[in-house]
Amino acid sequence: MSIEVRIPTILRPYTKDQKNVEATGATLADVITNLDSQYAGLGERLLENGALRRFINIYVNDEDVRFLGGLQAPVKDGDSITILPAVAGG
Amino acid sequence: MTLEISRAHADAILEQSRAEYPDECCGVILGPVGSGNALRLKPMINAAHSPTFYEFDPKDLLGLYREVDDHDEEIVVIYHSHTETEAYPSRTDIAYAGEPGAHYVLVSTRKQIAPSTEFRSFRIVDGAVTEEPVVILD
Repeated sequence: MSIEVRIPTILRPYTKDQKNVEATGATLADVITNLDSQYAGLGERLLENGALRRFINIYVNDEDVRFLGGLQAPVKDGDSITILPAVAGG
Repeated sequence: MTLEISRAHADAILEQSRAEYPDECCGVILGPVGSGNALRLKPMINAAHSPTFYEFDPKDLLGLYREVDDHDEEIVVIYHSHTETEAYPSRTDIAYAGEPGAHYVLVSTRKQIAPSTEFRSFRIVDGAVTEEPVVILD
């Protein structure tokens, strides 16, 4: 068992164009560390100065992680994580 | 790459930009995956409710991507309005642009200079903006 992570188009160059990848960890922070170890550079696209980037949205089982404790959001095997770029601008 | 869009969709976007003024309006046009055809207009709520910023609500955003996946669609166009400036991507627009395959459509509601029909389309990839022709189909 592991955690399924859906990767948005803009980040697929890091995952060899895979739309779904697998990761492990007990928190979102662990999952990002694990993803970065598998797909170098991906972590930096999600984090800035140790915090989630403002224009990246991450959901655990369809719930926005901002409401689940951010990087400390707990995750477990079988969970599904979705990463989406914000659609925003000025 | 040229953007082809129906007159009805173009008019609806311009109409939405006026209706939501002085806030920026926003939305998408969806089409069958891989087709590049802008077929289904979906206005979105500007969760920022601002004259200088737009953002899809994170919950709406997830719902949109789920819907697109369920219907084998893709986001062909992402549009928004500028309230008092040119219909050209701002620095913020470029910084946030996260869909390299989409046409970024901008309209403007400013009263002077621009015609009320100003309707422009761009690609925004890795920080580079490329304007593209727009063909409005009657």
